[in-house]
Amino acid sequence: MRNSLKLTFFFILVSSLFFSKAQAAGEQHDLLEVDWSFKSFFGKFDRASLQRGYQVYTEVCASCHSLKHLSYRNLVEKGGPEFTELEAKAIASNFEVTDGPNSDGEMFERPAKLSDKFVMPYANVQEAIAANGGAYPPDMSVLVKARKGGANYIYSVLMGYEEPPAGLELDDGVYYNKYMYGNKIKMSSPLDEDIVEYSDGTKATVDQMAKDVTTFLQWTAEPHLETRHKLGFRVIIYLSVLTILVYFSMKKIWSRIETKV
Amino acid sequence: MSDHEYTPKSRVGKWFNDRLPLLTLANHLTDYPTPKNLNYWWTFGGILTFCLITQIITGIVLGMHYVAHADLAFQSVEHIMRDVNYGWLIRYVHANGASMFFLAVYIHIFRSLYYGSYKSPREVIWIIGMLIYFLMMATAFMGYVLPWGQMSFWGATVITNLFSAIPLVGESITNWLWGGYSVDNPTLTRFFSLHYLFPFLILGLVVLHIWALHVPGNNNPIGIDIKKPSKDTVPFHPYIVIKDAFALLIFLLIFAFFVFFSPNILGHADNYIEANPLVTPAHIVPEWYLLPFYAILRSVPDKLLGVIAMFAAIFVLVILPWLDTSKVRSTVFRPIYKQFYWFLVADVLILGYVGAMPAEGIYLLIARVATAYYFAHFLLILPFLGFKEKTTPLPLSITEPILGGSPDMAMARDNSNYKEKL
Repeated sequence: MRNSLKLTFFFILVSSLFFSKAQAAGEQHDLLEVDWSFKSFFGKFDRASLQRGYQVYTEVCASCHSLKHLSYRNLVEKGGPEFTELEAKAIASNFEVTDGPNSDGEMFERPAKLSDKFVMPYANVQEAIAANGGAYPPDMSVLVKARKGGANYIYSVLMGYEEPPAGLELDDGVYYNKYMYGNKIKMSSPLDEDIVEYSDGTKATVDQMAKDVTTFLQWTAEPHLETRHKLGFRVIIYLSVLTILVYFSMKKIWSRIETKV
Repeated sequence: MSDHEYTPKSRVGKWFNDRLPLLTLANHLTDYPTPKNLNYWWTFGGILTFCLITQIITGIVLGMHYVAHADLAFQSVEHIMRDVNYGWLIRYVHANGASMFFLAVYIHIFRSLYYGSYKSPREVIWIIGMLIYFLMMATAFMGYVLPWGQMSFWGATVITNLFSAIPLVGESITNWLWGGYSVDNPTLTRFFSLHYLFPFLILGLVVLHIWALHVPGNNNPIGIDIKKPSKDTVPFHPYIVIKDAFALLIFLLIFAFFVFFSPNILGHADNYIEANPLVTPAHIVPEWYLLPFYAILRSVPDKLLGVIAMFAAIFVLVILPWLDTSKVRSTVFRPIYKQFYWFLVADVLILGYVGAMPAEGIYLLIARVATAYYFAHFLLILPFLGFKEKTTPLPLSITEPILGGSPDMAMARDNSNYKEKL
């Protein structure tokens, strides 16, 4: 057993080495830390926050940022915002998609259905860049996973708009952000107090909206997070029990000979 | 395989076995006499076999849903993560499985270095192992390209560009590898094809690796030759099987922790950004398991020499059985080599660390010193130490820890000597 303990220790040592490395590099301000409900072993999404986050995304972000890997049906699925099917259908029908060709060989416009992908704000990347002063508003589907720091980074950037330090000249259309890499961002501060009106009566402070939309984006990046945590817990329990059983079987088998195992 | 004759009991079994001796093989594998003093560092062979099979199975399923096309690859990976039933699980097992595979292979290799498992008569096992390791790196590198994220694209660009350092024909070779004038769709499709092929080559080499192992039998922590079967050995089944199973389960617990609770920690965030040939990431870094070689590559100012140094770093491992001149296998009896062994471990970890850092200033200096030491270890220290080092006395057998064995392996190898002496 002492040997296996040593082994486990070695594993932890090696992996922690790589953890610490993953976090190094760069002279950034330390990101704001939020105690997200989806962190930790049993972490789950706050359903109400996801729904509010969706509202912030639609009313604020969606005019520039796409969510091209998501479909409207995802809004109904378990582990997400869990809108009712009726609500999601109503949401989808607000958007027009091009379908076809029909029997006359022509393309036509129709309201979006649950099975459609999220409608993108721009026809293509070039249009998006042209409309945003040369900066491409990134697709938000996996944005949380695509940034070092994840949810904390997204939240920090949303909260990080400040007056530039004295002496720093910024071009037109460039803003100072404490947490953005390089501290310069081409997106003006997107959130203002009460820019959205939450239907559940929550006060729409900048902090609240930033948290809600970050929670929503964590879900869009990792839609099966809740299943993963739940299944993971069961797998760990199962493996632990099996490990104990096999350990004692091993002891029993090796007791036939005079060698320690 | 020099086993005792085996005859199946049933008539059908005998009939079949006379035509294809599969049952003899199964009998050989279960009865295979294994040194009884193997410690847990010896369980990684089984763990590695498990890793390879896991990668192949999850890979085949991923291949059913993945689309190898520059415009669709990233999207198809997201499709797997979102819409394929348990696709997220299969992909996370595959991606983290690669890291776990390398973690296990590094432990396996360093175990071999510690206990001298590469020495006569096991040189061929070792060389096949190094071939497997080399193919693993190639496979993992090409697999990392497939999601077609930013790190995929730029990693592929950096690594394939290495070949352009070859004089005269370098550029032609690079273009040939790319299937064009830059990393693009033809590169992706051929990487996919080869990424699917290589694991089966590895599987074939693993069979040879195990076959070659079963000729002399396992080395063991005290590194002396033992008589097989004898009081020093136990049959592979059930003794080693159950022990390997226990170790595998511990390994799986750690594996599961990564898959379910930290699935992206070993990857790079930039690979969740779709590949864009017009935007270069701030730092291009390979996966962690390639970092020591990346550090060696970058520590040499000249591109061609850097590439040569990187491949030489692997090649010195291949010829290691002839670089290490010591007749004693196990480090247990080599007090001075033991120090150098741990220096080497530290050196490789340092190389891995600086490989992840920008190649400038203090990091570059450290990388250079560590690279020089890496080669010095294999090319200067090991050959020299074999002649100079005073080893401690070897025991005569595992069960009888009587000292007085001779460090002369020719004598130690011949078990009949002991009986006469005793």
